[in-house]
Amino acid sequence: MEDLGSLFHGFAVALTWYNIGMMAVGIILGIIVGVLPGLGGPNGVAILLPLTFTMSPTSAIIMLSCLYWGTLFAGAITSILFNIPGETHSVATTFDGYPLAHQGRAGEALTSAFTGSFIGAFVGVLLITFLAPLVAKFALEFGPPEFFAVYLLTFSSFIGTGKDPFKTIIAMMLGFGLAAIGMDAVSGELRMTFGWSELLRGVAFLIVVIGLFGLGEILVSMEEGLAFEGKSAKINMKVVLQTWKKLPKYWLTLIRSSIIGCWMGITPGGATAASFMGYGVAKRFSKNGDKFGTGELEGVIAPETAAHAAGTAALLPMLALGIPGSATAAVLLGGLMIWGLQPGPLLFVEQKDFVWGLIASMYLSNIAGLIIVLSTVPLFAAILRIPFSIIAPIIIVVCAIGAYTVHSAMLDIWFMVAFGIVGYFLKKLDYPLAPLVLSVVLGRRTETSFRQAMLGSKGALDVFWSNALVGTITTLALIMLFWPVVSFAWSKLGQMRAHAIAAKRA
Amino acid sequence: MMRRMRKLSIRTSLLPMCAAALTCSLIAPAQAAWEPTKAVEVIVPAGAGGASDQMARLIQSIVLKHKLMKQPMIIQIKAGASGAEGAMDVQESKGDAHKILVAFSLIYTLPISTGLPLNWRIMNPLAMIAQDEFLLWNNAGSPYKTAKEFLDAVKAAPAGKFKMGGTGSKREDQLINFALNKVYGANFTYIPYKSGGEAATQLVGNHIDANVNNPSENIAQWRAGQVRALCVFSEQRMAYKTKVTKDQSWADIPTCKESGIDVQYQMLRAFFLPPGTTSDQAAYYVDLLRKVVATPEWKEYTERNALKQTFVTGQDFVKFLEKDDAYHHMLMKEAGFAKSK
Amino acid sequence: MEQQQKQQDPHQGGVSERAVGAFTAIFIFFVGVVMIVDNYKLGAGWSKDGPESGYFPLRVGAILCIACVVVLLQTLYAKNRSTKTFVTWERLKLVLKVLLPTIAYVLAIQLIGIYVASALFIGAFMRAMDKSSWLKVLTISIGVSLALFWMFEVQFMVPLPKGPLEALFGY
Repeated sequence: MEDLGSLFHGFAVALTWYNIGMMAVGIILGIIVGVLPGLGGPNGVAILLPLTFTMSPTSAIIMLSCLYWGTLFAGAITSILFNIPGETHSVATTFDGYPLAHQGRAGEALTSAFTGSFIGAFVGVLLITFLAPLVAKFALEFGPPEFFAVYLLTFSSFIGTGKDPFKTIIAMMLGFGLAAIGMDAVSGELRMTFGWSELLRGVAFLIVVIGLFGLGEILVSMEEGLAFEGKSAKINMKVVLQTWKKLPKYWLTLIRSSIIGCWMGITPGGATAASFMGYGVAKRFSKNGDKFGTGELEGVIAPETAAHAAGTAALLPMLALGIPGSATAAVLLGGLMIWGLQPGPLLFVEQKDFVWGLIASMYLSNIAGLIIVLSTVPLFAAILRIPFSIIAPIIIVVCAIGAYTVHSAMLDIWFMVAFGIVGYFLKKLDYPLAPLVLSVVLGRRTETSFRQAMLGSKGALDVFWSNALVGTITTLALIMLFWPVVSFAWSKLGQMRAHAIAAKRA
Repeated sequence: MMRRMRKLSIRTSLLPMCAAALTCSLIAPAQAAWEPTKAVEVIVPAGAGGASDQMARLIQSIVLKHKLMKQPMIIQIKAGASGAEGAMDVQESKGDAHKILVAFSLIYTLPISTGLPLNWRIMNPLAMIAQDEFLLWNNAGSPYKTAKEFLDAVKAAPAGKFKMGGTGSKREDQLINFALNKVYGANFTYIPYKSGGEAATQLVGNHIDANVNNPSENIAQWRAGQVRALCVFSEQRMAYKTKVTKDQSWADIPTCKESGIDVQYQMLRAFFLPPGTTSDQAAYYVDLLRKVVATPEWKEYTERNALKQTFVTGQDFVKFLEKDDAYHHMLMKEAGFAKSK
Repeated sequence: MEQQQKQQDPHQGGVSERAVGAFTAIFIFFVGVVMIVDNYKLGAGWSKDGPESGYFPLRVGAILCIACVVVLLQTLYAKNRSTKTFVTWERLKLVLKVLLPTIAYVLAIQLIGIYVASALFIGAFMRAMDKSSWLKVLTISIGVSLALFWMFEVQFMVPLPKGPLEALFGY
């Protein structure tokens, strides 16, 4: 209860006119850097950091955490409107968000994405407020075998999303292959660089995604005849309220995704894994599961809610343990240190005011963020009304900038174009792109944690059942993994029997 | 007035260089001092939020606050392939004086472990502004309270029982691990992690038994009483006498040599310009760095992270690099980390 | 690469989905082969402390190859194989109308910097697509480039590729 007192004190500190001004500035800047490719959260925070040295730490952290929220919210905007996810955790949002925009329902998609994010983040903050000490310890339970088990679980919750199992396998393996390019973290050896120093840095996820989704989509829609069918998009605020009326029926998805998100945030699985898992699980358990990917609001809510619950919950290990959950958090962490605050177990004891001020500002900025982003929905939905001949080249320019800024490398723009062409072919040939992207994002981490576990256990596989925690996750993952195989075989068998019976009758 | 002072300080900073090399006549004192004409990119060949990144951002904020440079400073993270991405980028930007590399031991180890044509000798060395210490840490709950007790236990145990975590593969942490195994007969299994921060939490969570983190990477856990500092891999104890934990300061930690473990390792924190840049341009940055390390902010930062304060430039710096390079070369070869052709 | 393969195909009216599907499968098959070879060289065994660097990528490559063979057989011989056209020449022309300028644009970025190239690209695209008025073309193309320049170079100091024109202004 003493903590609650501190929290209210935090609110009092945060709620000055000056700080509210800082909040608005932070969120708007966050949306701008989040929407522009190549800037993104880490850049935004890094750019503002020097400016904040003149402010009080509390105002500074309020502004920075608002910026953080702004970029998180904005990640969904480009995913939905142009099929270009700005960050790894908004990839899953494109799966249903973009088809919705295509049908002229961008407003609904944006509203549900923002609302989902808000709810996810809010649950995350609640968790931090009430369970901080307990939860912080939980993250320490995670060694290499546990990490591997969590990644395996993510993969297996996502498998079976494609129509043709072999094409799904090919897509997934291509992703693993791309992820393996560059330096192998465990042995320090270079893999598949073919002696080409430009390949050292590997192929970044963003380049693959911008190419496959962004440029690939333009090529496909060009072929289909020159238009985004977003012209009929409604551009008034009513759409927000109308969408809100529809949301309560997705309560189960919201709760499920929030739980997945919080869990993935605390066990440092991260927002990306959470968003994929949220989407995968929702698809599997939803009544409309087979319609996912064609424009289901639920398919937007599920990943967004999970990603933001995870993103928020992940701030906790950062504060309590000093390990950053994302690149943005890493820069934020650097900022804390420059102010002389040492993130770590003692932060909650020594810097009480600061920590509770931060948590209070997370509540406030989440609410302020929601209000601001919702008011931009009509504006962003209206972008789709711009004629194709203007918006298409601008999207291509934006893709090029986004690809370049990942590593400041010219070659990456060429890669992006190549992936655009590949994306056009794969899409038209019905190869599912989601498994490819998932394995590009998580492939390397999965492999690394597996091999770290093997180093520790001297190559014995029973390490994945060495304690209750890891054993449970691994077993769950294996069940999920083979579930599609089992159910596929089952249904085939059923079909065959039906055929056989039908044949007999005939 | 400002301009004159800058010139003066450049000249003094060049003096040792001139004395050693006979290139003095090339640097005409009458020439207008070089200054950046556009934004300067600071290339960080390490992860966001890591020690190199933090240092670069601190320097950026100092330069901004004290208005040490007219042009802005931009920090670019190029961490791909253990930093090879950034280091190679600087090496390949011939003659571009608006790009500086934040260097550490990767300039020695990377070419050996990967066979990449990275070579600090062709770059333009500016200065070493600090040295990072390495310590041997174990979990505070472990029964081994001194370095000797701990290592004796590790020595007696079968291979694979004790695990040591560290940053990356075939880099400084693994070299120290190798040296410990070699010099003292310790029996650690090395597990590479993404960062020192990860190695720190893994130690607290008892997934590994030891790490050799820098002070800055373990300070939070140390102060919280979760890890124990056993010894420091340096010639002398660290200089900082202010209490950091309840009863210990950095200076209270014995050297490993005192504990009978003769392993020493320190890591440079230095800056380089790309190849083909002039000594005039180098002089500008050396002067800038000299001003940076004179600020109270820098003093505070080095103390907080227990960095060894040092400022080596010119010919002395090159000599240091040669010696350090030879040492790394020897360790890497012996450990069998050199890329097999 | 695949683009060329497609043009060589001598179908009339368009390319059949079977042909493209088969070529894609063969192409990915070779990607798999490259992975196997490169990782075999690196060492792909299971050493005493777990898998070596090439262990997983080699197997990933092998699975790719196997899956590609299955997909290839499916595309060519399966009962329900596709008889659709992948793309008609008419449609392909439309796609190339975007793709070729995009390639030219990326080339231009390398030579004259991203800002000038973007202005030219946007302008050319608008002119070619729906014959917008010159005033509109110039305002939008130059406006977008200037806005980007202001954002990236001035405000956020994220350097993008620049050419001779920017150098004139000291960037």
